[in-house]
Amino acid sequence: MIELNLTTLFAGVVAGAAPIVLAATGETITEKAGLINLSLDGSILLSAMAAFAVAYETHSLTMGFAAGAAVGALVAATVAVFSIYLGQNQVAVGFVLTLMTRDLAYFIGNPYSRLQGPQVSPLAIPGLNEIPFFGDVFFTHNIPIYFSLFIIGFSWWYIYRTPLGLKLRSVGEHPRASYARGINPQRLQLLYAICGGLLVGLAGATFSLATKPGWGRPQGAEGTGWICLALVIFGGWHPVKAAAGAYLFSFLQVIGICLALVIFGGWHPVKAAAGAYLFSFLQVIGISLQEWLPSVPSQVFQVAPFPLMIFTLLIMSFAQKESVLRWAEDKARIKSLLGFFSGMAPASLGKPYRPD
Amino acid sequence: MKSYILEFRQLLLTLAAVFAFTSLVMLIAGAPPFAAYYHIIKGSLGSWNKFSHVIKAWIPLTLCGCGLLFTFRIGLWNIGVEGQVMMGAVFTTALLRFGVESNATVAFLGISLLAGMLGGAIWALIAGFLKTRGGVNEIFAGLGLNFVAQGIILWLIFGPWRRPGVASMSGTETFPVSLWMPLLEAQRLSPVALVTVMVALVISGLLLRYTRVGLNLKAIGGNPNAAYLFGLKPGRFMLLAMIFAGGFAGLAGSLQVSGVYHRLIPAISSNYGYLALLVVMLSNYNIWLVPPVAFFFACLNVGSIQLPMVLQLDSSLSGVIQGALVLATLGVHAWRQRWAEIGEREKNTGVKRD
Repeated sequence: MIELNLTTLFAGVVAGAAPIVLAATGETITEKAGLINLSLDGSILLSAMAAFAVAYETHSLTMGFAAGAAVGALVAATVAVFSIYLGQNQVAVGFVLTLMTRDLAYFIGNPYSRLQGPQVSPLAIPGLNEIPFFGDVFFTHNIPIYFSLFIIGFSWWYIYRTPLGLKLRSVGEHPRASYARGINPQRLQLLYAICGGLLVGLAGATFSLATKPGWGRPQGAEGTGWICLALVIFGGWHPVKAAAGAYLFSFLQVIGICLALVIFGGWHPVKAAAGAYLFSFLQVIGISLQEWLPSVPSQVFQVAPFPLMIFTLLIMSFAQKESVLRWAEDKARIKSLLGFFSGMAPASLGKPYRPD
Repeated sequence: MKSYILEFRQLLLTLAAVFAFTSLVMLIAGAPPFAAYYHIIKGSLGSWNKFSHVIKAWIPLTLCGCGLLFTFRIGLWNIGVEGQVMMGAVFTTALLRFGVESNATVAFLGISLLAGMLGGAIWALIAGFLKTRGGVNEIFAGLGLNFVAQGIILWLIFGPWRRPGVASMSGTETFPVSLWMPLLEAQRLSPVALVTVMVALVISGLLLRYTRVGLNLKAIGGNPNAAYLFGLKPGRFMLLAMIFAGGFAGLAGSLQVSGVYHRLIPAISSNYGYLALLVVMLSNYNIWLVPPVAFFFACLNVGSIQLPMVLQLDSSLSGVIQGALVLATLGVHAWRQRWAEIGEREKNTGVKRD
């Protein structure tokens, strides 16, 4: 029975993770360039609202996605301008925008709540969807989901394999040195903040037009932005690892306790399993609690991702402690495990470059 | 005198920017801006009854603001303040539940304030330890704990503390009147809460301005490495600042239970914690500006409750105005600094400086 459900399960994971992957990748790009866009939680909501409202009014999904992306880019540009050109604290500006964009979304989106609007229809890729298992898991979705798969590989290639990506990383690591090489750090940071914002906006649009179609208060995407921000850290500022984290997260949201057991079978990639054990442990606790207390509303269990987030960050931080590394020196397996968790933040993350 | 004019001009510029932005937002939403502003003012200051509601919102905002001053001073982003308010409320409710059967209700009410402070401080300490020992950024730790606190409240309301008969989102059973903080009859305001806020303001002001603790917090916030070389332990003072912040936030939560709702409800913190962060930022981290700014924010919050009924608008308009205010203040302030810098540079042209 488990075998039978496996394809639908993984297809669900790929579909559910799409907006999280988009937003986490966008934020990774922004943070790689040295800027923190803390406003993710609010800007996802605002772009989701904008995408739905525009798609509803114009009957055009393309316009909807464009509107969502534009809103995401606009919010990111606000953070960037305040921090890079006006010298304000980017955490402060990001936090204010988190709250404000959420309220803005509720306020402007009020007339559109609980309306039946357009939504993306599935589009199987002919040929590829015939492949057993993988065809069903990856190639029977809709365009935003294909795009989320594409963007993982593309962003990795761009950041690590192109001259432009090298410039992007140099600005995040050592803006002063890159300035000496003739790069304008401020302009590049603004540019990549906007690029990241576009992806965040697309994530919001994917929420309201595909994953959780429609708009309402609450929309259902609340809190996702914070998870994405944590995933960037979890991924060690590496787009592929961050995306892996997003799938892991979505996986654990999709499966229940019975399928959590499948992970313990051990066929899962070692790297992901480390997180999965931890994640599923807490989920199992949550679910067994639900069995004892059937009257408890499901909202209580919706908080489960957040202790997971803290736990993961705690593990990440411990994995990079010197004493832990020394202890793991002669333990090959543990060492490789720690290797997965170690990812250095860009050296100038959160410290805007000031020209003399 | 000239600086006053400058300040005034800056304020006018900020208000104009906010006014333009919110009016634009309302035009997009198809709402009449002036009617909305009118109803917000009428809904907050229109009558004594409305005014007392404003004060009820002002109390937790100011208390949280006092606590946040400590964490901001040392450079911590205590976003967990929301959860600290909730845990203060939870601890207070837990204590008052014991008091239902007893005769010494006054004693229970007194201790309940301490219980609230304890609850908030414990929740803040968890975030503090995660920061100092675990290396988890306080923003993520605090935010995660906020969601956990919300989960705990929902679980308590629907689980162990559910109302006899049906559990519902309306909260736990209301406490008997003997366990309410004494209220002024006409306004239904608690004088105890007002006195608490005053005391909190004075204590925070004195501690931050005139004591060694306040100075140390400022020194570490300014430069943790230098402070460490000077013999101050940043970790320890961060925990201390968190305790203060959590204590004040817990007090706010405690008063929400004993003085306002008289029971535990799911939305007991009413987002006052998050809002207090904005209040303190807008006050430019100056304690004497916290009460008036908090009052203004409370007016916006209470006034906008009317909007859904009168104009069929969402009440989140207040949040839009508040956010726009903080952003505009930051922006205008930055512009002024920039102009001052340019002016300085022009004055110094020709003078060689390193």
